Amino acid sequence: MKTARKIVASCLLTALLSAVFLLCVCLGSVAVPLGDTLSLLDGAMEGREAPEGMYSAIVLSLRVPRVLCAGLMGAALSLCGAAMQGLLRNPLADGSTLGVSSGAALGAALSIVLGFSIPGLPLAGAAGMAMVFAFGSLAAILALSYGMDRSLATHTLILIGVIFSMLVSSLLSLLITFSGEKLRTITYWTMGSLSGKSYEQAGLLAGALLLFGGALLCQSRELNAFSVGEDNALHVGVPVRRVKLTVMAASSALIGVCVAIGGSIAFVGLVIPHVMRLIVGPDHRRLLPLSLFAGAVFLMLADLAARWVLSPLELPVGVVTSLIGAVFFLFIFYRSRKEGRV
Amino acid sequence: MMLSAEGVSVRYGDKPAVQDVSFSIAPGQWWMIVGPNGAGKSTLVEAIARGVPYSGRILWGEREIGSYSSRDYAKKVGILSQTRRTEYAFTVAQVVRLGRYAHQRGFLRGGDAAGPARMEEALRLTGLTGMENRLLTTLSGGEIQRVFLAQVLSQDPRLLILDEPANHLDLKYQQALFSLIGDWLKQGERAVLSVVHDLSLARRYGTHALLLDQGRCAARGTLPAVMSPDHLKAVYQMDVHAWMRDLLTPWQE
Repeated sequence: MKTARKIVASCLLTALLSAVFLLCVCLGSVAVPLGDTLSLLDGAMEGREAPEGMYSAIVLSLRVPRVLCAGLMGAALSLCGAAMQGLLRNPLADGSTLGVSSGAALGAALSIVLGFSIPGLPLAGAAGMAMVFAFGSLAAILALSYGMDRSLATHTLILIGVIFSMLVSSLLSLLITFSGEKLRTITYWTMGSLSGKSYEQAGLLAGALLLFGGALLCQSRELNAFSVGEDNALHVGVPVRRVKLTVMAASSALIGVCVAIGGSIAFVGLVIPHVMRLIVGPDHRRLLPLSLFAGAVFLMLADLAARWVLSPLELPVGVVTSLIGAVFFLFIFYRSRKEGRV
Repeated sequence: MMLSAEGVSVRYGDKPAVQDVSFSIAPGQWWMIVGPNGAGKSTLVEAIARGVPYSGRILWGEREIGSYSSRDYAKKVGILSQTRRTEYAFTVAQVVRLGRYAHQRGFLRGGDAAGPARMEEALRLTGLTGMENRLLTTLSGGEIQRVFLAQVLSQDPRLLILDEPANHLDLKYQQALFSLIGDWLKQGERAVLSVVHDLSLARRYGTHALLLDQGRCAARGTLPAVMSPDHLKAVYQMDVHAWMRDLLTPWQE
């Protein structure tokens, strides 16, 4: 009975995901008829040579990799947000609470302005630097917290993360004042944008999601214990330090890859898990997979809006998610205030 | 011996919270940790729960408690702490099921043959049968305390540690809680260690006591010996026995 319901739910979600994927591939500044899209996708999957023509170029070289990246990034951001909200027992946390995204954005900006890159990295230039800085930030935050408090208490981590983010943001502003004509590129990075994504980037995202996302999904029970209370997790036998390090390292790595590829896209990791928790409750065995699906659907649609609403002008997708996110958050806050819960 | 502490000290920064405390618990005993505010009662319990670093030795059987895995230790020692608020809307069943965490085996910890029966029994003992799907956010402080009691009972530990369990509880549940734990203690090789503020409760239910004063052990051993007028007068700086009798006189009519 329970398994049957799980199977039905997975089928429905997969169908929804496919439908949204097709919608996002078809629509845009140039609308491609569904029939043409399907035959192009079918041909590509059977390994046939891509036919000549405008539709083929738009669908196969532009939209499919872009929509794939949007879906994978949305899934990753939302999953990390759900895991961090559970771990830190704070509904306002997300994958960037520890300061990893701002660290990664600083790395990207440094590379754009000063033009350095580390040779031999899988992603050239800005993306590679973003990854390196993401891991560096995580290491710095953990080392600072550990030096202050051996037990790595969550409030120490949050505080260090916030201070670290502020420091990095001020460095970023400093860089921007010297950036001159490169301002636009940096802005696109800090707001997040999904234009011009490639299949290689989608592949990298998928690999990271499989590895680090899988690690997060395996911690569902432990996250349940953490979100009831860290001391309660300790008392029921959860190896708290190991779980904390696993969840933080996995979500920071995943966020690092996301920022390296699409910049820091705000609010997805904050809002989607929040909504999903309202719908299915706080049990992470359901919450994590559902957040993954919903995040993918949400970011694909948000990216569609970013490139369609004012087409041919394209907005950074982070502007769309922030707009939706801020309005939505106000709504949640208003409602919970009325119910007297906050 | 189940659990023994030898020369245990805990420091918070430069401030010593517990200094050189030793005692040991055998099956069938109910130890009461008593003492005024700031005596280090909860800190000592935290050290036994492996929540704070300590110096000295705390042994389970022959081995240092730090040498057990988190899961193995949770099968031996269960802890009920003071009432907590929960941030997220978990159901009663979800919180109680967490008590089975250490017993779950296999892929994604799905296998736990004894789990459902243990949970059902824990819910029945705490009077929560039928409330499995209620949300914790809708329960009163006393009800939440019973949910966490059900959790620790389903965890099936051998030593049950209670940190001020009767705080915020109505008298009716206070009485129910203490007699329930008294019954629990009688089944099998079990022991209880509790921190209590109320000296009358300590006297009524304990078999042994540890009297703490500013982090140091003022007296330990069987309960009547530890809670003698002289000991209590020295630690509380008042005649506790006379005060307790005085408090109870109006009830004797």
